[in-house]
Amino acid sequence: MARRVGVIGTGQSKYEDHRNDVNTPELVREAALAAMSDAGITPGDVDAFVIAGASGFPEEISFSENWIGPAIGASGKPLVRVHAGTNVGANATISAFFQVASGAFDVVLAASYNQRTIEDFRFNSMDCCDPLWDLGFDYPQSTLAGLQARFYLSRHEGKITEEHGAMVAVKNRKNAVLNPCAHVRSEITVEDVMNSSEVASPIKVLDCSRVCDGAAAIVVADEMKARKLNPAPAWIAGVGACSESRSVPYVDMAYPESCVRAAQQAYQMAWVYEPASDLDTVEVHDTFSFQELIWCEALGICEPGTAGKFLELGGSMLDGELPVNPSGGVISTNPEGASSMVRQIEAAMQVMGKAGDHQVPGVRRALAHAWGGAIQYSVVTVFSSGL
Amino acid sequence: MRHITEISSKVEPVTFVEDELELSFRYWYGEHYGRFYAELRDNRRILGMRCEKCGSVLLPPRPYCGFCHAPLRTWVELSDKGAVDTFSIVHTPNAKELIETPYACAMIKLDGCDVPLYHLLGEVEFKDILTGMRVTAVWEEVRKGALRDIRYFRPSEQRSIRSD
Repeated sequence: MARRVGVIGTGQSKYEDHRNDVNTPELVREAALAAMSDAGITPGDVDAFVIAGASGFPEEISFSENWIGPAIGASGKPLVRVHAGTNVGANATISAFFQVASGAFDVVLAASYNQRTIEDFRFNSMDCCDPLWDLGFDYPQSTLAGLQARFYLSRHEGKITEEHGAMVAVKNRKNAVLNPCAHVRSEITVEDVMNSSEVASPIKVLDCSRVCDGAAAIVVADEMKARKLNPAPAWIAGVGACSESRSVPYVDMAYPESCVRAAQQAYQMAWVYEPASDLDTVEVHDTFSFQELIWCEALGICEPGTAGKFLELGGSMLDGELPVNPSGGVISTNPEGASSMVRQIEAAMQVMGKAGDHQVPGVRRALAHAWGGAIQYSVVTVFSSGL
Repeated sequence: MRHITEISSKVEPVTFVEDELELSFRYWYGEHYGRFYAELRDNRRILGMRCEKCGSVLLPPRPYCGFCHAPLRTWVELSDKGAVDTFSIVHTPNAKELIETPYACAMIKLDGCDVPLYHLLGEVEFKDILTGMRVTAVWEEVRKGALRDIRYFRPSEQRSIRSD
């Protein structure tokens, strides 16, 4: 029987376009110390560490865990680094969860980060391509997102419009104003988005998140330790992770099976039957505005083709029936390798009632979603205030 | 050892170290991709594989089915015509600047194939591109054994309703 696991502390660094004031180990240390302080522990209390960064290529060095480990107190302890596209941070938390659930360790810290070292930012996501297949096209993530958005719009012609994408960006940027941790904290209008320059049609500049540097960390513990250290931990009630065949063509971009399956796993484990009513808030990985709508449908929150209407009616607004991305989402804060863990942190904070000005009242169950790679990885985590 | 009580604020700190790499990479294709690219180069033929278990016709050719993971043995020749599944007009330059911006790219479902192929669109105004549009491959004269031996896909002369 797996042990129950709770989140007892979370931490986020300051996010900036470039965190040139610190080196990478110090940046991760900033978030890790904040998480440990939040949990009321010191590095000596942590049994094992998991580190997650986005692709190794843009940072040049291959084994960043060696570099970062000592800065967060991992010396003399088990330390691994996980790798899984932009949902890597969420996978780090899940990896920590399994280490505790299995009984191997009692307290595990997972940390994720993004600090770009490469001069040419375009190399940041070049490894979307399959080297054996479409390397000659060298397309970035935004092109993939453009193809995905057009595919989604075509499938639900008349139901989903480009304005719906813009409305997601507007809603999330508005929520971010209330979140002191958010990177971009200024409001925009639907007209601003619609008039912003095209990146990869139908995606426009303001449909895109702005990549920043920063780090995040999360401390998980077994039930006994969690209860001792935190009066109200966020219990990890369900986890689900799924990958699809590594080739974009196989993925139904408007309704990715990996997302559907990851959600099913997490819902089964967390006893979620009707996601729209059983969940009180969700944080989804909206690297591009349209994706929030797509993920909401694949997560079973809205029927396919209805996420636009749900948004129009205010259902996903901060004061709506199921607030989506109350933190402002990835569109407001995208420290790539850490963004998926930030979704979990925000969902856990909502459950613990510690989200401050963007707190949704009375959250008992919150979901965090993450996607990665070429839309073929998905991770879903459900947090709960009770066991 | 002299004990320093105060670090001078007059010194200008060193803020970063710079490094530069010039790298090249080689990915090995294996038998299936190897045959696919050779046929593309030498015979202008697009080969896919059919899964005898689930019936899917697949690209890229691999020894296993991407859907049901059954071993694949049956090669099939695919048409170089198909329909646009989704498309995008790209304005951001690529990392390696292989393609001049702006350009149109698409996921193209070749006739008879169950998964689309990422490729470029040409000989068409951006505003005229539609989902479901019929397209035909335009081949390069000099071919090297790569997907870009197809220069791009252009609109087919006769527009017709998607057969799939």
